[in-house]
Amino acid sequence: MAMAAAESSRLGNLLYSQKDFTSKKRDEFEDILEERRQSSDLRYAMKCFTPVVYKGLSPCKPSAIKNIVLQSEQLQYVIKQLSKETGESPDIIQEEASEILDEMSHNLQLGAIRIFAFSLSKIFKRLFQRVRLNEEGIQRLQQAIQEHPVILLPSHRSYIDFLMLSYLLYTYDLSLPAIAAGMDFMVMKMIGELLRRSGAFFMRRTFSGNKLYWAVFAEYVKTILKNGYAPIEFFLEGTRSRTAKTLTPKFGLLSIVMEPFLKREVFDTYLVPISIIYERILEESLYAHELLGVPKPKETTSGLLKARKILSEDFGSIHVYFGQPVSLRTLSSERINRCTYNLIPRHLPQKPSEEIQDFISDVAYKMELLQIENMVLSPWILIAAILLQNLPSIDFALLAEKTLWLKDLTQAFGGFLEWPDNLCAKKAVRSSLALHSNIVNLVNDQVVLNDQGMEAGTTEEVVFKRALSILMCGAYRNQLLNVFVRPSLVAVALQMTHNFRKEEVYGCFAFLRGIFSDEFIFFPGIALKDFEEGCFLLTKCDAIQVTAQEILVTEKGSTIVSFLTAMFKPFVEGYQIIYRYLLKETNEAFVEKQFLSGLGNFGFQLLAAGSSHCYEVLSSDMQKNALAALVRLGIARKMKTNNGFTYAVSKEALNKTAEMFESRIPIRKPVAARL
Amino acid sequence: VSCPKMQELLKWNGWGYNDSKFIFNKKGVAEFTGKRYRLGGLVLPLLKEWMEKTLGASIEHKTTSRTSLNTSDVPPPIENQEFLQDLRTAKISYSQEAEDRVFRAHGHCLHEILILREGMFKRIPDVIVWPVCHDDVAKIVELACKHNLCIIPYGGGTSVSSALECPADERRTIVSLDTSQMLYEKNLTAHVEAGIIGQDLERQLGESGYCTGHEPDSMEFSSLGGWVATRASGMKKNIYGNIEDLVVHIKMVTPRGVIEKGCQGPRMSTGPDIHNFILGSEGILGVVTEVTIKIRPIPEYQKYGSVVFLNFEQGVACLREIAKQRCAPASIRLVDNTQFQFGHSLKPQVSSIFTSFLDGLKKFYITKFKGFDPNQLCVATLLFEGDREKVLQHEKQVYDIAAKFSGLAAGEDNGQRGYMLTFVIAYLRDLGLDYYVIGESFETSVPWDRVLDLCRNVKERIVKECKERGVQFAPLSTCRVTQTYDAGACVYFYFAFNYRGISDPIHVYEQIEIAARDEILANGGSLSHHHGVGKLRKRWMKESISDVGLGMLKSVKEYVDPNNIFGNKNLL
Ligand SMILES: Cc1cc2nc3c(=O)[nH]c(=O)nc-3n(C[C@H](O)[C@H](O)[C@H](O)COP(=O)(O)OP(=O)(O)OC[C@H]3O[C@@H](n4cnc5c(N)ncnc54)[C@H](O)[C@@H]3O)c2cc1C
Repeated sequence: MAMAAAESSRLGNLLYSQKDFTSKKRDEFEDILEERRQSSDLRYAMKCFTPVVYKGLSPCKPSAIKNIVLQSEQLQYVIKQLSKETGESPDIIQEEASEILDEMSHNLQLGAIRIFAFSLSKIFKRLFQRVRLNEEGIQRLQQAIQEHPVILLPSHRSYIDFLMLSYLLYTYDLSLPAIAAGMDFMVMKMIGELLRRSGAFFMRRTFSGNKLYWAVFAEYVKTILKNGYAPIEFFLEGTRSRTAKTLTPKFGLLSIVMEPFLKREVFDTYLVPISIIYERILEESLYAHELLGVPKPKETTSGLLKARKILSEDFGSIHVYFGQPVSLRTLSSERINRCTYNLIPRHLPQKPSEEIQDFISDVAYKMELLQIENMVLSPWILIAAILLQNLPSIDFALLAEKTLWLKDLTQAFGGFLEWPDNLCAKKAVRSSLALHSNIVNLVNDQVVLNDQGMEAGTTEEVVFKRALSILMCGAYRNQLLNVFVRPSLVAVALQMTHNFRKEEVYGCFAFLRGIFSDEFIFFPGIALKDFEEGCFLLTKCDAIQVTAQEILVTEKGSTIVSFLTAMFKPFVEGYQIIYRYLLKETNEAFVEKQFLSGLGNFGFQLLAAGSSHCYEVLSSDMQKNALAALVRLGIARKMKTNNGFTYAVSKEALNKTAEMFESRIPIRKPVAARL
Repeated sequence: VSCPKMQELLKWNGWGYNDSKFIFNKKGVAEFTGKRYRLGGLVLPLLKEWMEKTLGASIEHKTTSRTSLNTSDVPPPIENQEFLQDLRTAKISYSQEAEDRVFRAHGHCLHEILILREGMFKRIPDVIVWPVCHDDVAKIVELACKHNLCIIPYGGGTSVSSALECPADERRTIVSLDTSQMLYEKNLTAHVEAGIIGQDLERQLGESGYCTGHEPDSMEFSSLGGWVATRASGMKKNIYGNIEDLVVHIKMVTPRGVIEKGCQGPRMSTGPDIHNFILGSEGILGVVTEVTIKIRPIPEYQKYGSVVFLNFEQGVACLREIAKQRCAPASIRLVDNTQFQFGHSLKPQVSSIFTSFLDGLKKFYITKFKGFDPNQLCVATLLFEGDREKVLQHEKQVYDIAAKFSGLAAGEDNGQRGYMLTFVIAYLRDLGLDYYVIGESFETSVPWDRVLDLCRNVKERIVKECKERGVQFAPLSTCRVTQTYDAGACVYFYFAFNYRGISDPIHVYEQIEIAARDEILANGGSLSHHHGVGKLRKRWMKESISDVGLGMLKSVKEYVDPNNIFGNKNLL
């Protein structure tokens, strides 16, 4: 098979390595809470803490770092520039920069770390049954920290993420990372201060317009990195994923931390993907509310204390997997034209060339895919996926049987399953149901979605409650999607084309992949490889047979294919509804808020009337993704105006896409696709 | 047919004079032989340990070169009888002796020396010619055009860019045009024929109280024409300039005719300077036959000096400041800690100027600074020239700047010793070759803001590549800053490793050298500061000077030498 012309230009094949599904070896997990339950937390908090350091470390105090940043040629240059632009004296701008640094800078104090270690031990032991991690990963990290500057890139599902990570590093005597954390924490006064003292630094959520802030921030991060002062940690996803699906990466911070290597100010930089997976997410209900547009409470300390009720609940296990450190030097070899940086003095700010931007983006996707690869899947995730296809209820024994079936399929697709202690399916299902009793109930051998109080209340309330439960449940099923998305889109494409010609199935696959690229994580520019991978996996479990011209579904395969199709149905249907809404109900131009509320109402009516059962269309996440995809595909335009962004949709183009999406017209073939 | 006497004095399979070399004597202690250098005849008790420690070499594991050339291995010459006849008629001496041909088939790259020791070149010059003046050269070039032969100009043979290697696929007769007999020195105005060797030129000028001040480390053996053809750089360029600053007038014979300027005005605005086509042309356009070079009275006073820094970073910062204030001495060089320690290992048993440097220093520093690390220290060596008063003033200025970077003056002797070692260090490689150690030096120039990063990254890259390619001992990977400019510096690297246990060391060596050069370029360094491109570094020419730049050079070559008589395949 050959690549479509448009695709091959950005193959990035060095970054994308075909996964090996058969011999995938992953490390074993250890529970670290076990020891916490057996020995003194106080002694643990007071233990001797002597982390290994970077071999090139020039030791310095936090205050010295601040001075290095303020005096750096880079920052001084920006200050002079700004002074010229605004007429403000450089001294005043310098003062401003110094304040920004104070607000931002982290301040590592052993005392705070110890308080932190002590209280987190207490809290974690109450919240979680187990905190399991791969110790081999820790060993690799320890090695990496000594060799080169290290960037920790955890997945982001909960506020617990970075508390947990710092806690684990402390436990294993590793340097605590400097964390680029969102500013909303600053509001949480006490915790904010404690966090800061244990190494976090803060960044305003948005500072795109503020040149000085950006310059100070970038310089600060790079200084820490270059001196090897501490590993730097941030979230590629930018924010906590409310849906538990991996969010498409943000590039800003990544481009800052890659710069020292690209400019050869350091020999290399390690990127370490870390997957943190919760059996039960602390914020699950909060997220579902947010997705349904119920405003998010500000994160205040008292808010968190009110959440004390939470402390009495059981949140199951956490799995943390420290991936293999990835050398940026290796990733970039042969890819980057080195002249890019050679002709400009290094202290001048330089917008990355298109080539570099592509590279940064590829690295970001690669790291997210590595996170996904090592995300542990628990039985409950399988249960959620099955349940959502069998609403409102399913027989317990059938559920157990199907769960076992899905377990095999998941393993065949390379999913990283942790099945506790070889439990039999029934026991595993039962204990999962118990853990998630706020979402599901076992009533008379029937497993039912927990949407009590449904009968009482208005239709609106009924729809809302149901949507809440479904979105909560969906957040668990979603964890399966990135493992399933390639074969599933092949399955969806097979259904949509009603025809088995490989070329057409691929065309449809590529079309769907394009539309869903904000929804799921695809490495840029390799649609054909993704297609081949999907076909390969389906062939492997005997679901399809691929011949030179055709793709045929086997007898056994029809169950698999229809399961996979049903799994992605909420997305297909949801997008169809969104397109319908945009075609019928919108004006020439609208802002995001109008879109979300209008679409929300539209969806509510459909659901209330019973003409659709696609509750997930109410999720603001899906709504925003659908809109972003239209912008990306050139069907909608996004324009900056005084009050934010305005969107305008080309109805003609949208109509065509919608028709293809509903298989009313055939999908135009992708350019020059030769299979 | 004459064979010039210089050749008889030199090693046929290594660097420099026959009588001068490092050896391990019967007691197993290192020694430098001969009487030519100040180190000559001295015993060097620390060198052995240094070699064992830094390179994992051991005197039990020895490889030996073949002792003399086996003439039956030498590829037979491709003869052109008519050309030889014409040479005889023109009374130009020539030779087809195997020794003479092999001697001129190479420069001093590692792989060339290894071939001499254990192998044989695929292609070597077929005939050596010795013109004695410009007109001889013009005649030879004319004959080469007439018979369609290939000419490779040969100066001192010190090339380190494979520039002298014969292209293996050259089917025509290759004529090595040895300029060594063109040293007639006309009228003391320093109008000199291009074959003169550096040390002879300085000696002759010195007899009348003058000098050119051009002192590349190879000046004992390299020629004026070679300098022009490679854009050479001398140690004292801060006072006298590099070769491009020194030449006033050049005459070059090309297949198209003679190229030269019509007057000797000190500067002209007559379009692009044609000298710049000749400087660095590496023998692909013609033969440089005569050069008018600036001369200066020999300085009244010379003084060496040295400064010790706590670390390399401080040293570089100091050099940068000195460059900024434009007060660099005639020469200033900063060596890293590895070379600093190496210098120590060449301390002879008894000698006044070789008192134990490090020991003295330790005492010195402990009183001045607390907590200095002997594994971080590095040293700058200095050479001042001029009239006495100015030198002393200058010296004070430089030491005052150094003090701002916690640099401490560490005495004249250490400085002098540093410069004296430059000439003998070249002999060290031959010793290494006897003990499974191969090595080479390479250089670059780089803007100031990247000097430190480049030094660190290139050294680290070498270590990493060695590890990845199965080199079992940590390599020697070290650098020094050898020249300063307003906008940057020249950095010089030494790289060597012990190849025991590797089946194809030369290939491994070459891969690492390529990786190191890639690293240099990725760090904003140049392809070469003074060694030139030759054939060794051709692959990077395009990215160095752009497509159009390369096209411009090609079109000049096309015009000047359409039949590729100067077919050594360098540069383009
Ligand atoms: C130990 C050592 C130290 C060195 N130190 C320095 C240093 O400090 N600075 C520096 O600049 N270089 C240095 N070099 C490199 C080398 O000495 C220079 O490149 C020198 O200029 C070469 O001169 P040569 O006479 O030996 O030329 P050769 O090696 O004979 O030839 C070099 C190239 O120039 C061409 N050529 C020679 N003569 C002529 C001519 N008359 N007309 C046209 N083309 C000609 C040849 O064809 C060949 O391509 C060093 C080399 C060694 C081995």
